[in-house]
Amino acid sequence: MSRFDPALRDEIIAAIPNLRAFAISLSGSVDRADDLVQETLLRAFANISSFRPGTNLPAWLFTILRNLFRSEYRKRRREVPDSDGAFAATLTSNPDQNTHLDFEDFRTALDQLPSDQREALVLVGASGFSYEEAADICQCAVGTIKSRVNRARKRLGEMLALDDVDDFGPDKTTRAVLAADQP
Amino acid sequence: MSDDQSEGTSAMADALSPRLDGGKGTVLGNEIQAKIGQHLRAMYDDVVRQGVPDRFLDLLAKLDKTDEVPGEGGGRK
Repeated sequence: MSRFDPALRDEIIAAIPNLRAFAISLSGSVDRADDLVQETLLRAFANISSFRPGTNLPAWLFTILRNLFRSEYRKRRREVPDSDGAFAATLTSNPDQNTHLDFEDFRTALDQLPSDQREALVLVGASGFSYEEAADICQCAVGTIKSRVNRARKRLGEMLALDDVDDFGPDKTTRAVLAADQP
Repeated sequence: MSDDQSEGTSAMADALSPRLDGGKGTVLGNEIQAKIGQHLRAMYDDVVRQGVPDRFLDLLAKLDKTDEVPGEGGGRK
């Protein structure tokens, strides 16, 4: 006989791919990410009685995972990802060369963001949480999440504009005009 | 992922909309912001598409069948 509500268990299983993707973005390592997800699942089942049915299960699981990562983070700094980056190690597709180069630049830039900005950007921009849900998960104010997402986008934009300026539309003259228009 | 889909969607759209500098973005900035959104989702979705690795399904099966937490003795191998 099953110990858990099958519907709840299925919902937890359905959240695992998203938990892994979030964990990779936090930890910078696929192996550590999978360990984090495993620990999250153990905690979730051990504390399943504290989950209120009908509330947001993915947000609850993300909160557990993030808290586990944070407590571990205090003990040891985020490991420097290998030169290919954690996401690169997970890539199953074989993008064309241009896309691949874009990815390289993007990953490098993402890795350089402060961790609080990176996690806010991932939660809202990739996991699909609302600002309010992301604020719950990160245990901070909604305004703080918005500010972190905006700073992350701005910072990434600056880094990629410097790196990739030749990859994007306007030629040098046009860019000079655009730059002159900047306040 | 939100209970309130419209809210979640609008937040995501807001976060990824190709604006920079509070709406005063340049064409260049817009293109880069759009690319940031695309790359972020592409990376994330690439992991999501890998589905649920067997180790987690095995773990859940063990949790479901035993009264002991695995690793604390009494759990099945």
